[in-house]
Amino acid sequence: MAAAIAIEDLVKTFGRTRALDGLDLTVETGEVHGFLGPNGAGKSTTIRILLGLLRADAGKARLLGGDPWRDVATLHRRLAYVPGDVTLWPNLSGGEVIDLLGRLRGGLNEQRRADLLERFDLDPTKKGRTYSKGNRQKVALVAALAADVELLILDEPTSGLDPIVGEAFRECIAEERASGRTVLLSSHILSEVEALCDRVSIIRAGRTVDSGTLTDLRHLTRTSIDAVLAAPPNGLATLPGVHGLDVEGTRVRFQVDTAQLGGVLAELTRIGVRSLVSQPPTLEELFLRHYQAAP
Amino acid sequence: MTQALLGAGELVKLDLRRDRIMIPVWVYALTATAASTAYSFRHLYDTPQSRLEFATAVANNASTRAMYGPVHDPSTIGGLTAWRLVTIGATLVGVMSVLVVMRHTRADEEAGRLELISAGVVGRHAALAAGVLVALIASLAVGLGAAIGLIAVGMPTVGSLAFGLSWCTAGLFFAAVAAVAAQLSESARTANGIGIGVIALAYLVRAIADVGPSWLSWASPIGWAQQLRPFAGERWWVFGVAVGAAALIGWGGFALAGRRDLGAGLLPPRPGPARGELHGPVALAWRLQRGTLLGWTAGFAIYGVAIGGLADGVTAIVGSSESTRKILEEMGGAKGIVDAFLATAMGILGLVVAGYAVQAVLRLRVEETALRAEPVLATRVGRIRWACSHVLFAVVGSVLILAAAGLGAGLAHGLRSHDVGQQLPRVLGAALVQVPAAWVLAGVTLVLFGLAPRFTAVAWGVLGGCLLLGQLGPVLKLAQWAMDISPFTHVPKLPGSALSVAPLVGLTAVAVVAAAVGLAGFRRRDVG
Repeated sequence: MAAAIAIEDLVKTFGRTRALDGLDLTVETGEVHGFLGPNGAGKSTTIRILLGLLRADAGKARLLGGDPWRDVATLHRRLAYVPGDVTLWPNLSGGEVIDLLGRLRGGLNEQRRADLLERFDLDPTKKGRTYSKGNRQKVALVAALAADVELLILDEPTSGLDPIVGEAFRECIAEERASGRTVLLSSHILSEVEALCDRVSIIRAGRTVDSGTLTDLRHLTRTSIDAVLAAPPNGLATLPGVHGLDVEGTRVRFQVDTAQLGGVLAELTRIGVRSLVSQPPTLEELFLRHYQAAP
Repeated sequence: MTQALLGAGELVKLDLRRDRIMIPVWVYALTATAASTAYSFRHLYDTPQSRLEFATAVANNASTRAMYGPVHDPSTIGGLTAWRLVTIGATLVGVMSVLVVMRHTRADEEAGRLELISAGVVGRHAALAAGVLVALIASLAVGLGAAIGLIAVGMPTVGSLAFGLSWCTAGLFFAAVAAVAAQLSESARTANGIGIGVIALAYLVRAIADVGPSWLSWASPIGWAQQLRPFAGERWWVFGVAVGAAALIGWGGFALAGRRDLGAGLLPPRPGPARGELHGPVALAWRLQRGTLLGWTAGFAIYGVAIGGLADGVTAIVGSSESTRKILEEMGGAKGIVDAFLATAMGILGLVVAGYAVQAVLRLRVEETALRAEPVLATRVGRIRWACSHVLFAVVGSVLILAAAGLGAGLAHGLRSHDVGQQLPRVLGAALVQVPAAWVLAGVTLVLFGLAPRFTAVAWGVLGGCLLLGQLGPVLKLAQWAMDISPFTHVPKLPGSALSVAPLVGLTAVAVVAAAVGLAGFRRRDVG
């Protein structure tokens, strides 16, 4: 099946700032794709180009098989969007905004609307100006999730939500995935991305620095090993992929490139293992490795 | 009280920094207007004889009195300058004052910026005090600028200072009014509307006073500015009256501010409907713009009734002076003095309605920068459809507002002259011919929105330019081609003269082309 989102070598400049500098992003149909990057990396700019709000300076962007700039009317029937910074009309109630956005999108699922209001614990009768940040976010989420669309574009949708609503949101996204919808989820909350996303793309300074399944990405990083061996190790340091070896008698602590894990474990087994703790790299480590690396 | 004002000094500095462009522009524009008017009067009417003729012929008839006030001293340049500018200038300084106060109080509060500030070591009333103080500083700067400008073109020092002070009077008073208005509504738009509504009322009251019962002038703060009588036996104590009244009203504002929560108005918010009935972008635009539109329509209907009610009495005031009659006829392009009065009044309304049209179109930019356009444009609503939903209000709203004014004026005038059947359509027509000129301004605004969205505020400058051309053009005896730049020059002077359709069609065509250019530009540019 064709990719829901296919971006190649996308460039966008604002005056002298180069917000996107050759960004690539592929989101397959039916997957939940995590879109990660530090503040100002270009996540929202990418999303606005996908929505046809900004025009790209160079590069290719395809959305649901169409041109996001040219085919606005047809494409927007098939997607729903939650902005990162939700502002509502001060004198419209939350319920009115949900219904308005639903109708503008071409209708919303009444059953889901009622269900979501309950799950997100949202009072739809309050006016826009009286909602807190989290509640404004909920209004936009209900409007988007209650729409019968193929693609959800969510820009940091949980940044203002409390943990209980955050959990409700994760359940909803899991249901969306089960029903075959595609989700592009820009986020800072790594546990959320880890729990929800099939694949992630990490961007930095307008470029994609890494993309793939979490397993793929972990493969490229190091696993921490803490083991007590039968005998003091010999020649462990010379094995390929071993870093930061620390030996205290028979106890060894080191990190190993995940790709070289097999060879190193064979060597440990040869010496004899009394106990072993192995820790896979967390997404945080993945994230920090990319963020802190020189551009 | 010192506790409550803690940090106000820092906030004044912050506010002045934020207004570092806006206030100097106001000061410059008003100073330049004062100086150039006095300068041109000095050259145009260089003998006491010519001044007296001008004053009796042009200045001292009902329609110009309603607009500018009476001439207190027709024998001097200063007297004529004061007649021409004190009322208009005081009104404008009042508007500046309201805008400045609201910008630093309710608008900041609504945007949530004040919350950030109030969490610091800042007293409860510091922000309000700072906003009012900045408005006073701005009024003072305008007054001083005008005085220096007048002295520079050779006007007497004492009169010039009194002239500046008369403008200050209005700035001071309406800053206090704004301090109260800022407490009333949660929305800065509404609060601004209340403040400017009070100014409009003050202007109307003194207009009635200047053609009718003169004691009524004391009921209007703009009337006080006139009563200070710069260049005509200055009455300095009037300033004391204004200061006293302003202090009283300002104290009310601070008292109200002390009784409410941050972010709240005096009226508690009511819950809204859980289900929405808004079906499309036009319904949304109607919801967002209806309050403004209805307010304008009601205000213009009242204003129309007032004008219509005055019109028939104009003949009595002008009296039998044949030369006055002649000059008025030339000016208004009308046979009767009443028609000339109505035509002039409708011309002013046309300019003001253009202001409505400009702000209705600018709503697009407001929605865009507040990021509220984004979720709408992310649905299947296209850009052009969204833009047109608001432009519709500029187009239809202008017609509606002017029709209300025309109906009010026509009905009132018709009833007074016992000829509703004849007068109503004439006066209504006189109001409606203003529409295409207002549309041109809406079109210009749309061009800015489409091609130079960061500079949409220039639309107000264009409107101000048209106003100045209309006001100063005849005084400066500008060439016709210069006058022709303003769309308002081309509006037929109805009622009275023959209705020429060509300029109306031309103006409409210009508006349509401008709108098309603006929409095409908006379609191609980045949103946000």
